[in-house]
Amino acid sequence: MASSTGHTRNPFTEVETPAVGVKLEGLTKSFGDHVVLDNITLSVEPGEIFVLMGPSGSGKSVLLKHIVGLEAPTSGRVLVDGHDATSGETREKVRMAMVFQAGALFNSLTVYDNLALYPREHRVADEAGIKDKVMRALQILSLEDAAKKFPSELSGGMKKRVAIARALVMEPQLMMYDEPTSELDPVMSATISEIIASLKDEYHVTTLVVSHDRELALNIAERVGILMDGKLIFLGKPDELRQPKDEQVAAFLYPKIDLKHPRYKKLET
Amino acid sequence: MKQITIILEGFGSTLLLLVRSLSYLPSLPRQRARFIEQCYMIGYTTLPIVAILSFFIGSVLALQAGYAMQNFGAKQFIGSLVGLSMARELGPVMVAILLAGRVGSAITAELASMKVYQEIDALVTMNIPPARMLVMPRLAAVLVMVPVLAIIADLVGWFGGAIVAKYVSFISIEPEGYFSVLRRYMKFGEDVAGGLIKAEIFGFGVVLVCCNIGLNTRGGPREIGAAVTRAVVVSLILILVLDYFVTKALM
Repeated sequence: MASSTGHTRNPFTEVETPAVGVKLEGLTKSFGDHVVLDNITLSVEPGEIFVLMGPSGSGKSVLLKHIVGLEAPTSGRVLVDGHDATSGETREKVRMAMVFQAGALFNSLTVYDNLALYPREHRVADEAGIKDKVMRALQILSLEDAAKKFPSELSGGMKKRVAIARALVMEPQLMMYDEPTSELDPVMSATISEIIASLKDEYHVTTLVVSHDRELALNIAERVGILMDGKLIFLGKPDELRQPKDEQVAAFLYPKIDLKHPRYKKLET
Repeated sequence: MKQITIILEGFGSTLLLLVRSLSYLPSLPRQRARFIEQCYMIGYTTLPIVAILSFFIGSVLALQAGYAMQNFGAKQFIGSLVGLSMARELGPVMVAILLAGRVGSAITAELASMKVYQEIDALVTMNIPPARMLVMPRLAAVLVMVPVLAIIADLVGWFGGAIVAKYVSFISIEPEGYFSVLRRYMKFGEDVAGGLIKAEIFGFGVVLVCCNIGLNTRGGPREIGAAVTRAVVVSLILILVLDYFVTKALM
């Protein structure tokens, strides 16, 4: 159920909380001499679904870590709903959830306990209420049968869905996905893309996806950014990417497989 | 220079972790399930190996002492020697070393693997401080369980010494005589309690250091192994360095 007020409709409590925006102001991050993010300025609007693309190693995941407060900028600022992302208080004021690339599920806990950890630790509800929330999230992602399983017993696609369900239980105002479709078959990738889009549509949660999956970006994004060598080389609507004018963008999104002149040989010379 | 920076960073991060963990102590009642689980891991599962090793340490102490002391007719004092050695030094140090090898290594391996596989990052994004959920219950558990382990180590070590004293032919001291000398020359309030204080400090230090090294692991699976080795080595050095200073302070 999309909200017309720019508010996140909570899937569990039906209470509306404001969706939040994210602003990066001249974000630069270096590890030693290596500049990973170079003066990135970008804003993600409340309730928007923004996809950040780029080749492996271009700094996409590092950028997400800055938003969630796991990394501090070398220079520049990251603001989440106007609050500095490096401050621990921001995580108390804004409910942010992140779906990690490998899921980052707690291996010693069952799927149910993975989902129940956040509400238990934050005493969001009593045990019966927590059970309702967890079962609802599992139901949304068709994972009811996996509740008693451990993460090691799940397939790659199921792990991703459990990670999304765990994020959903947090009732987030900002949802971030790090490579949600990597290592998945095309059908499962499409399923995950559909889940991301429908969660955003239903609950109007601000969604930031980091991916190099072209289909995901073209089909679910409202805006797309392309990061290359730490610089933002494209920012615009997904339709602009169907026939990109920029050579770098075209080479990244629609690479030609040239068996006569393979790329790795060009790289060697 | 780089090594010095690493050591100072290690000190700093350990102290920070200690302060953070202690600040979450009031939430211990909410963490009671994890606290009980850690008591089981630290206490119950370490108990058999502590008992076996203390028995043989007490035994070999009595054997060596009996062999050396028979030459000048002082073997009747074996009870006090074994009693004092176990209570003041060997009991606490041995418990701490076993704790480093058995529990400390497991803690570092678990936390380092959680760090490498981003479970720690997931906790941070969920606004669940790792120090509250993973460190504080372990520190509280070690404070409760180490004195118990040290007392058992003392008792079993004394008992091992008594058996050797009775059954080894060149010693042949009855348990009554052995324990009467042990009681006569030991001040329980000072010797046993001093040993328990030492064990408490060593055990707490070992768990804190192992948690900190685990939580600061970076890299891939190979670094998990390296972190475990580092944690055990640092713990052993810590135990022996602290041993001198705490012993001196308690004299």
